[in-house]
Amino acid sequence: MSGASDSNGQPWVGRRLRRKEDPPLITGRGRYTDDHSLPGMLFAAIVRSPEAHARVVSIDASAAKQRPGVHAVLTGEDLRLESPLPCAWVPPGVEMNVPDHWPLARGEVNHVGDPVAVVVGQDRYAVVDAAEDVFVEYDPLPVVVDPQEALRDGAPLVHEQFGTNRVHRWSLGADDVEQVLERSDVVIERRIVNHRTSGAPIEPRAVLADYRSGELTVTTSTQVPHFVRLFLALMLGMSEERIRVIAPDVGGGFGAKLQMYGEEALCAAVARHLNRPVKWVETRSEHMMVSHHGRDQVATVRMGATRDGRLTGVHIQLVADLGAYLMLLTPLIPTLGAFVMTGCYEWESARVDITGVFTNKVATDAIRGAGRPEATHMLEVTMDQLAAELGLDPLELRRRNFIPKERFPAETALGMVYDSGDYHGTLARLLEHIDPAEVRREAEGLRARGVYRGIGFSTYTEICGLAPSRIAGPAGVGVQAGLWESALVRVHVSGAVTVYSGTSPHGQGLDTSFAQIVADRLGISPQQVEVMHGDTATGPQGLGTYGSRSLSVGGEAIVKATERVIDKARRIVAHRLEAAPEDVELREGRFSIAGSPDRGMTLAEIAGEAYVVDNMPAGFEPGLEATAFYDPENFVFPFGAHAAVVDVDVETGKVDVVRYVAVDDCGPAINPMLIDGQVHGGIAHAIGQALYERIHYDDEGQLVTGTFVDYALPSAAELPSFETDRTETPSTTTSMGVKGVGEAGTIAASPAVVNAVVDALRPLGIEFLNMPLSPQRVWEAVQQAQEGVRA
Amino acid sequence: MIPAEFDYTAPDTLDAVFAALADGGEDAKLLAGGHSLLPLMKLRLAFPSLLVDLRRVPGLSGVTRSNGDFRIGAMTPHAVLEHTGELGLVARVAGTIADPQVRHRGTIGGSLAHGDPASDLPAAMLVTEARMTLRSAGGAERTVAADDLFVDYLTTAVGEGEVMTEVAVPALDGWGFGYAKFNRRAEDWAMVAACAVVQAQDGVCRDVRVGLTNMASRPLRAEAVEDALRGQPLEADAIARAAELAAEGTDPPGDLNATPDYKRHLARVMTRRALAEAAGTEPGR
Repeated sequence: MSGASDSNGQPWVGRRLRRKEDPPLITGRGRYTDDHSLPGMLFAAIVRSPEAHARVVSIDASAAKQRPGVHAVLTGEDLRLESPLPCAWVPPGVEMNVPDHWPLARGEVNHVGDPVAVVVGQDRYAVVDAAEDVFVEYDPLPVVVDPQEALRDGAPLVHEQFGTNRVHRWSLGADDVEQVLERSDVVIERRIVNHRTSGAPIEPRAVLADYRSGELTVTTSTQVPHFVRLFLALMLGMSEERIRVIAPDVGGGFGAKLQMYGEEALCAAVARHLNRPVKWVETRSEHMMVSHHGRDQVATVRMGATRDGRLTGVHIQLVADLGAYLMLLTPLIPTLGAFVMTGCYEWESARVDITGVFTNKVATDAIRGAGRPEATHMLEVTMDQLAAELGLDPLELRRRNFIPKERFPAETALGMVYDSGDYHGTLARLLEHIDPAEVRREAEGLRARGVYRGIGFSTYTEICGLAPSRIAGPAGVGVQAGLWESALVRVHVSGAVTVYSGTSPHGQGLDTSFAQIVADRLGISPQQVEVMHGDTATGPQGLGTYGSRSLSVGGEAIVKATERVIDKARRIVAHRLEAAPEDVELREGRFSIAGSPDRGMTLAEIAGEAYVVDNMPAGFEPGLEATAFYDPENFVFPFGAHAAVVDVDVETGKVDVVRYVAVDDCGPAINPMLIDGQVHGGIAHAIGQALYERIHYDDEGQLVTGTFVDYALPSAAELPSFETDRTETPSTTTSMGVKGVGEAGTIAASPAVVNAVVDALRPLGIEFLNMPLSPQRVWEAVQQAQEGVRA
Repeated sequence: MIPAEFDYTAPDTLDAVFAALADGGEDAKLLAGGHSLLPLMKLRLAFPSLLVDLRRVPGLSGVTRSNGDFRIGAMTPHAVLEHTGELGLVARVAGTIADPQVRHRGTIGGSLAHGDPASDLPAAMLVTEARMTLRSAGGAERTVAADDLFVDYLTTAVGEGEVMTEVAVPALDGWGFGYAKFNRRAEDWAMVAACAVVQAQDGVCRDVRVGLTNMASRPLRAEAVEDALRGQPLEADAIARAAELAAEGTDPPGDLNATPDYKRHLARVMTRRALAEAAGTEPGR
C-alpha cells in the first residue's frame, strides 16, 4: 500500500491509497465463480432459441441424452418452480402488463437466446456438444423489433394475451407544460435516440449451485446476493435461511449483474433435482445475447425559453423498448431518469411521459447510469440545440438557468429535492482547465487540413444513493423492497477489525475506502481493517451494490456501526481510567482523556478489556462489535461539468476525442484516486455509446452484434488521457457529506461528445446528429450537407 | 466459446507434419499462431478434426536477406516483422495488425494461408510481389506468386497436405512506401486499407504499385491507379487524380458499419493517403 504506514495525525480519509483488494486480482490469485469447483460437480449448457418469436412445437432430447457423460436434459416443465422470475417494480396506481418469465421457456420463445432446455453432464465441453444434439421444432410467429412500430395498430404482438405491446404508462410533472411551452418565445423539438448497449463486464456471468441435505449454496457473479437469495427462496419454494448466496470476486457488473437471472434459478433447481452441484459459465456470445441490455429509449424532447434565454418548460415523451420480458427493474429504468430530467436548471414547468413497450429482443434493465445517462443526454443535447436557436453561447444559456447555490436544498419542477449543488462553481472550475476560445482558434487552423475540431459541454446533475426506502419503496416509487443498507463492525481481541457490509462491491475499490473510513474513527491503519461482503451467511442482511449507493448508503451504515463501537470503547476507557465517557477522545491513535493525552488506551488494549473481561464492572456485556442499519432521508445528487474536444475527419467521418476534461462534485473525497478511476471508466463507457457501441438486431430479430468484433467496445487506444478535477460540495443528506460517483462519468459524457461533434460540423451546416456517431453516419451527414450546399 | 472436439498434435519435424496431415485427412488443419483459426473454432464456424501445430518444427521462423529478397520464415510472428524496419512496407503494415498480444502470437504464414481479405498482410504481399514456398511430403516444393496465392474469401492456393514454409519479399530498395488503414478501433480489422510503394526519379513516378484490403473477396491491386500515376509527377494533384480511380474493379462487401459505396469512397481516400505517404508529400497517419 502507498501512503504512510501510520496515520501521523493525518486522516486516512482523503488520501490516494492504492486499492488493498488489488494484489490478488492483478497476480491471478482472485477467486471468481468459475474458480470454484466441488466434488461431483456437473456442468450445464443451455439450448437457446435461434428464433426471435416462435411457438415451441416439440423438443427431442433423445440424441443428446445418449451422449456419454450426459446426466439429464431438462425443459421448462421439469423444473418444478413455485413462481416465475421477478419484476420488483410495482408502481402504485399504474397498470402494467407483466408476462410470466420462466428460466426455461414454456411453450413460446420471445427473443433470440430465450432458453429452451438445459443439458447437464460431467464435462463442460461435452455438454456444449450435446446441446447441439437437442432438436427443437419451432413454429415461427411474427416478429416486432422497433418499439415505435410495436405501438402501431396491427403490429405483431409479443405477448398475445395483453392485446397490445404497451407495457405501461408512467408520468411525472405538471399538467400545464404544453401551455407553458405555447406561451414561450421559442420552442424547439428534437427526436433523441438512446440506442441499445451491453454492459459487457470483463467477467461474464457464472453460477455454481450446490444442494445438499435441504441446504442450497449458490455462488454467483452478481451485484445483489441478498436479492438473489430471496428470489431463489420464492422460486424454489424454500425457506430463506436454508439458502446461502455468495458473490465471490466479481469481475465487474456495470448493472448487468443487478439482476435475478434465470440461470441462477435454473442451476439451483437442477442441482436440487439431480442432487449434484451444477456449474454454468456464460460465454461472451451468450452475454451479448441474453444478459440484459441497457438504454434503448426514443424521446421527443420539447423545450421552451424566452428570447433572452430563460428556460420555461421541458416536455419529454419517451418510448422505452423494454424487450420481451420485465426483469428485476426493467420498467423502472426510464423512471429513474425522469427524476433528474430537469437537470441543473430552473423551469416554470416540466413533465415526463413514459411508455414502456414489448419487442422481440432481450429485456433492457439497469446498465451503468440506468436511465440517467439517457435523461442527461436528452436534456444536454437539446440545451445546445436551444442555445443555437437563440443565438446564445451554450454555456451562457446554462449559466442563466442554473439553480443558484443559495437555493439548496432545492425543489425542482419535477418535485425532487436536490440536496446540494454549486453548478456555477463546477463550470467555473472546468473553464480554468479549458478555454473554449482557444479551442475555436485551433479549430480555424485545422480546418484547412480537413480536420474539423469542435468543443462540447455537459453540465449535469444525477440522482443516486439508492435508498431511501420511504421514497423509493413500495408506497413511494414502487420498488418492492426497502433500500437501506447495513453494516457490522467487529473489533477482534487483538484490535484488528472486520467490517461486514451489505453492499456487494465488484471492482469499485470499496474495500479500501471503507477501511479508510473505519481506520480514522478507530485510530488504526486501513491494513488492519478487513472488509467482507457478498456472502449472505456472514454479516447482516444487505441490498447490494448498484445506483452509486455503496458509499453514500453502505458507507454511512458503516459509520453508524463504528460509532456504536466507539461508544462502547469510550465506556471501557472511562471505566479503566476513571473518567467520564464523554471526556474520552481519539488522539493520535489512542482513546485518551481530554486534557490528559498521556492517559489513554489503544483499540487493541480496549478490545483486550472487552473480551478478557477481568476488570469490567458487574453486568458488563463482553465483546466489541455493533450492527447498524442506515436508511437516509433523501437521495444524493452529484453534479459536474464536462467538456469534450473532438476532431472529425470529414473525409472519412471518423471522430477522435482529443481532449476530455471532467470536473465532478461528489462531496468530500474518501479516496481521490478511486474517484478518478470511477470517472475515467464512466467516461469511457459513455464515449463508447456516443461513438462506438451499439447492440443491433435485424428486422427478423436476429442479433447482429453478437461478438466484440461487431460490438465495438472501445479500448484505451481509442480514448484520450482524461483530465479530471473536483469541487467538494457536501451532501446535506449524509453524515460524511459524500455522494456517489460510480455512474457520474457515464451520465455526463455522451452529450458532451455529441455536442462537440455537432459544434465541429456546424461550419458545414450540420446542426443535429443522433448517436452512435459512427464514421459512416457522420460521413453520410457530411455528404448530405455538402449536397445541400451544391443544390 | 467452446470449440467442438478435436485432436491435437505438435510434431517436431516437417516430415512428421506431412504424415499427420495425411493421417488426419481433409478435416485436419495446420495451427500456426491460432489467432484466426481458434476464434472460428470457438464460435463453431470451423470444426477441424485434428490440429497439427507447427510450433515445434525448427527453422520456420526469422528474417534473413539474400539476393535482393527478404526470406521470412512462415512462423515469424507479426511483432518480429513490425520491429524489422528494413522490411519497409511489410514492417509498417505488420505494426498495425490488431493489438500487441495478437502481433506476438499471429504469424505471417498463418495469416497468408488463411486468406482473409480484411487482413493487413495479403495486400502488402501483392504490392511487394512476394513469393511463397509451399512444401509437401516427399521433399516436394513449389513457389507461388502472391497474386496466385489469394483465390477467394478464406481460400488460397495452399493445397491439402501443403505447408507454407517461407515468404520471399523482394527488397524494394529505394522505393517509398505508405499504408493507410481505416478501422473504427485500433484493434479492428481494416474496414478498408490501401498500401502503396512508389519508385521516384527526379520527382516523377517511375513505377508504383497499390494494394487494397477488404475491397473484394480477395486482396486486389488497384491497377487503374497505378497506370494513371506511372510517369506522372509525384505531386499532390496527380496523386489525388490517380487515387480517384481506386474503386475501379472492386466489389466490396457491405456490412453493419459500412455500405459498399462508403467503402469505395474510403478506398479512394486511403489510396490517396497511402500514395502521399509513399511519395513523401504528406506524412503517414
